Amino acid sequence: MPHTPTAWSTASRGAPSRFDFIALLLVLGLLAFFAEASRGVLAPLTTLDASPVTLDPHHLPMYAARTTLRMLAALVLSLLFTFTYATWAAKSPRAGRILVPLLDILQSVPVLGFISVTIVFFLSLAPGKVLGAEFVSVFAIFTSQAWNMAFSFYQSLRTVPVELTEAARSFRMSAWARFWRLEVPFGMPPLIWNMMMSMSGGWFFVVLSEAVTVGKTTVTLPGVGSYIALAIEQKNLHAVGWAIATMLVVILLYDQLLFRPLVAWADRFRFEQDPGGVPPRSWVLEALGGSRLIARFLRQLRHAARAVGAAIRTTTPVVIHIEAPDHGKQLDRIATGIVGALLAMALWEAVKFLAPELGWHDIGMTLGLGAITGLRVFLLIGLASVIWVPIGVYVGLRPGVARIVQPIAQFMAAFPSNLLFPVVVAGIVTWKLNPNIWLSPLMILGTQWYILFNVIAGAAAMPGEMRHVASNFKVTGWLWWKRIALPAVMPFYVTGALTASGGSWNAAIVAEVASWGDEHVTATGLGAYIADATSAGDFHRIVLGVVTMSLYVLLINRLVWRPLYYYAERKFRLS
Amino acid sequence: MNANIKPSTETAPLLDVMHARKSFPRGDGAELLVLEDVSLSVKPGEIVGLLGRSGSGKSTLLRLIAGLSTPAGGEVRYLGRKVEGPAEGIAMVFQSFALFPWLTVYENVALGLEALKVPRDEIRRRSLQAIDLIGLDGFESAYPRELSGGMRQRVGFARALVVHPNILLMDEPFSALDVLTAETLRTDFLDLWSDGRMPIKGVILVTHNIEEAVQMCDRILVFGSNPGRIVSEIEVPITRPRNRLDPAFAALVERIYVEMTAKPGRGTAPNVHRPMGSGIDTILARVSSNLISGLIETVAAPPFSGKADLPEIASELQLEIDDLFPVAETLQMLRLADVEGGDLRLTPEAIQFADATVDERKRLFARHLLAYVPLAAHVRRVLDERKSHSAPKSRFLDELEDHMSPEAAEQSLRALVSWARYAEVFAYDDETGSFSLENPT
Repeated sequence: MPHTPTAWSTASRGAPSRFDFIALLLVLGLLAFFAEASRGVLAPLTTLDASPVTLDPHHLPMYAARTTLRMLAALVLSLLFTFTYATWAAKSPRAGRILVPLLDILQSVPVLGFISVTIVFFLSLAPGKVLGAEFVSVFAIFTSQAWNMAFSFYQSLRTVPVELTEAARSFRMSAWARFWRLEVPFGMPPLIWNMMMSMSGGWFFVVLSEAVTVGKTTVTLPGVGSYIALAIEQKNLHAVGWAIATMLVVILLYDQLLFRPLVAWADRFRFEQDPGGVPPRSWVLEALGGSRLIARFLRQLRHAARAVGAAIRTTTPVVIHIEAPDHGKQLDRIATGIVGALLAMALWEAVKFLAPELGWHDIGMTLGLGAITGLRVFLLIGLASVIWVPIGVYVGLRPGVARIVQPIAQFMAAFPSNLLFPVVVAGIVTWKLNPNIWLSPLMILGTQWYILFNVIAGAAAMPGEMRHVASNFKVTGWLWWKRIALPAVMPFYVTGALTASGGSWNAAIVAEVASWGDEHVTATGLGAYIADATSAGDFHRIVLGVVTMSLYVLLINRLVWRPLYYYAERKFRLS
Repeated sequence: MNANIKPSTETAPLLDVMHARKSFPRGDGAELLVLEDVSLSVKPGEIVGLLGRSGSGKSTLLRLIAGLSTPAGGEVRYLGRKVEGPAEGIAMVFQSFALFPWLTVYENVALGLEALKVPRDEIRRRSLQAIDLIGLDGFESAYPRELSGGMRQRVGFARALVVHPNILLMDEPFSALDVLTAETLRTDFLDLWSDGRMPIKGVILVTHNIEEAVQMCDRILVFGSNPGRIVSEIEVPITRPRNRLDPAFAALVERIYVEMTAKPGRGTAPNVHRPMGSGIDTILARVSSNLISGLIETVAAPPFSGKADLPEIASELQLEIDDLFPVAETLQMLRLADVEGGDLRLTPEAIQFADATVDERKRLFARHLLAYVPLAAHVRRVLDERKSHSAPKSRFLDELEDHMSPEAAEQSLRALVSWARYAEVFAYDDETGSFSLENPT
C-alpha cells in the first residue's frame, strides 16, 4: 500500500526499543514459517506416497503450516482477482453488464465443482510434482474465498462519493494513483470483513481441498484437512481431538497476527466522518508501528511504490475523459463478445459431454434431489433463525456480551463439519436414527453464524432513541419484538440468511454424507449425489450435479432472497 | 492579484467560456439540455459569482471549467488554451469538502502537490505554508473526522491553494456550514483576498445564497433553469469590506430578487424549450403542505397583511432562496399567490385559506390542485375512467419521462402524492406503488 500512515513515522530515533524486539521476533517467525511450510512443494508427487500423512501429533505443526500457507496463497490470489475483476466490472459499465452476473453464477457453483473440472489442467502445469496438486488445492480454496470479496470491492467502487473522485481528478492524480489512494482505501473496511468471512469458508472446506482425486487415484496433500480425513478413516478420536486443538490455535493465530492488525489498521479508512465507538486495537500493529526498523523498511517500500507509480504514470495520459472514448467502447464490445462466446462454448461442450451418457431420467433425478436439499436448507435456515435471531438481538443490545460472543461465533464459523462426524455417525448408528433428519444440522453448522453475526450488528445499530421510545411507552413482550426489534434487524437478518443459504447448499456436499471409519451414513439429497459421484470418479454425474446445484442456488437467490432483500431494505432500513 | 485592481485596466482574461452547451442522454434516447449557450469570462482580480437555484446548471458549468467534464458544444479556454481535462492552475473547493478521511490534514493538503511530482522538500514547505495561511497550524496531524465542519472546509481551501492555482473554483463552499461558521470563513477568505496574500488571480463562486453573492463577488451572473442559462449579469460596485446593513447592499439584494422572480418572456430569455402541450410536463417541486400553509399564514398576518417582499420573508423565516423560491412558485402555480418584482402577493382565495378551518382548507386546496395542476387533474381523470379506480405509479412515471429526466419525474410524482394526500383527492400506496381513489380505512 503506497500509503503514508502516520503511525509508522512516530518511531523515535535512538537505541532499539522493546517494539523493535517484538517486531523482529514477528518477522523472523514469519520467515521461518514460510521456509518450513514451503519445503517439499517442489518435490515429485511420489514423495507423498513415500511419506504419507500420519496421525502422529508431532507432525501437526508442519501440517498446520502447510495448510495455513495454502490459505494465505489463496487469499493473495483472491485479492489479485478482486482488484482486477471487480475494478474492470466497475470501471466499464459494458463489461460490468456481463462480469457481474458471471460473478453471481461463479458464486453459486459449489467448491467441489471447480476442483473436478480444473484438476487435470493444474496437474499438467507441474507434471509429476507436488506443486501441481498444491495448485489444485490452492485453487479450490480460492474458489471458496474470491467471489464475495470481489462483490464487496465492486460495491465499494460503485459507491465512492462523486466529489472525492472529482477532487482526485481535479488535482490531476493519474488513474493508478486514484486507484491506490482513493478507491482501495475506500473499499478496504468491507473488503477486510469479507476476507475474514472468506477465511472461515476456506477452513470449512479444508478436508475437501486437500484431497485431490483424479480418476481412481487420490493425492493427499500434507495438511490439517488430510489429517482430519485420516483420523476419521481410522476412527481415531485422539487424533480428532488433536485436530480440533490445532484448528483452534491456527485460527487464533490468524486472528491475532493477520486479521486483528488489518481491522485496526483499516479503521482509518472508515468513511464516516464522525468519531464512532472505541477504535479497534491490535498489539501486533502497535508493535510493528512502534518499531524503528520496520518504519525504515516501510519507508523504502513506499519509495519503491512511488517509483512504480511514477513509471506507470508516465505511460498513462493524465487527461482522462469521463466520457469513454470510442476505442474504449470497442474494447468493451470485444470483451463482451469473447465472454459471450466462451459461455456459449462452455454450454455447448457441457451438453455434448453429458448428452451421450445421461438421459432425461438423470436430469429428473438430480432436480428431485435438488428439491429435497433445497427443502432441507429452507427448514434449517428457519430453525436457525428461530434460535439465533432472539439471541442475536439480546447480544447486540449489550456491547459487553457482544465482545465475548463475536470471536466465539467467528471460530465456530470456521469449524469444519467433518470434525463432528464421529459424534453424529455414532449417534445415528447407535440409536438407529433417520440420517435424512439427523445429518441435516451439519449443513448449517458453519453457515448459521452469518445469521447471528448480522443480527448482532443490526441490533447494535439500533438507535438509542428507538429503544428509549419503547421503554417510555412500555412496549414490552411480543409487541416489542413484532413492532420494534424484528423490523430493526430485518435488513441485516436477510443479508445473513442469504449468505447462510448459499453456504448451506455448498456445505451439503460435505454434510449429506458422513463417515466414521467404515461406517457410512448418507442422506438423500443433491449434495450426497455429488459426493458419491466424486468418490466413484463418475465425471458425467459430477458435472450434472454441480450444474443442477448452481442453477438451484441461482434461482433461489433471484426469486427469494434478492426480492426479500430489496423489500427489507426499502421498508425497514433506518437511515 | 488584488481586488482593488479594477477590471477596467483591460487585461487579458484568465478564462473564457464560449457558447458552452451541456446535455445528458435521457432514457428514451433523446437529450436533456442542462446548459444552453453560456458565455462568460473571468479577468484577473475578479471574483465572479454564479447565482441560481439548484438545477440551473451552475455546478455543471463549474465542472466544465474544471475540466471534469467536456461541453457538448462551445469551448472553455484558460489563458487562451482550450481546456481538455483537469488543467494545471485551476483548483476546486467542494461543497462537501471532499477530504480523504484516511489522510491527515497535512497529507490531504500535500496530496495535490504529490500528484504534480513536486520535490519532497518543496511539498513540505508549501504545504505547511498553505496550512499556516488558512489558519490550520497545530492541526497538521489531525484526521478530518476529528475536525468541525468549518475546520474541514479550511483544509479544503488549503488543499486548493497549495497548488498555486490561477483560478479558484468554489462550489457552494459555505452551504454545508452553519450560519456563524460560514460567515467567519467568508470574511477570512475576503481578508486574505483583499490583502493579496493568496496565490490566486481569479475566483468563480457558485452559490444559491443571494447575500453571499453580493458580499463576495465583483460580478454576479444570475442563472435561470430549464435549461440552465445566464439570465442577467450584475456588477457589484460596493467597496470592500461590505456591510449587509448598508442601503446599497440591501438594494442590490432586492434587485437580484426581482431579477430572479421575473416571469419568463418579460426581460429574460423566452423559454422556447417548454412545449405548452398538456401541461403535465411542468416539473413539480417537493414542497410540503405544511410549508404552503405556513407561508400563506405568515404573509396573511401582519406586518405583511397579504403582500410581502421576498428578501424580508427570507430573513424572517430563515429560508434560503432554494427553500423559499419553490414554495413561492408552487403558490403561484396553485393561484394562491402572485410573485413578481421580488414581491409575493396573496390572492383572495389564499387570504380565505388563512382564516379557514382544517377541513375548509383541504377542500379549497383540492379545488385549486385539480384546477391548476395539470398532472393532478390528469391522474384523477385516469383513476376516474378506470373500472378498478387504481393505476400503477409506473404508468405516470413513463408518461412524465417523455418530458423530463427520470429524477425530475420521480420528484414531480412524489410532490403530487403529498399534495393529493393532504387534499384527499386520491390515495397512493407506496408498498404496491399504485394510485387509487380509495382512502385507506
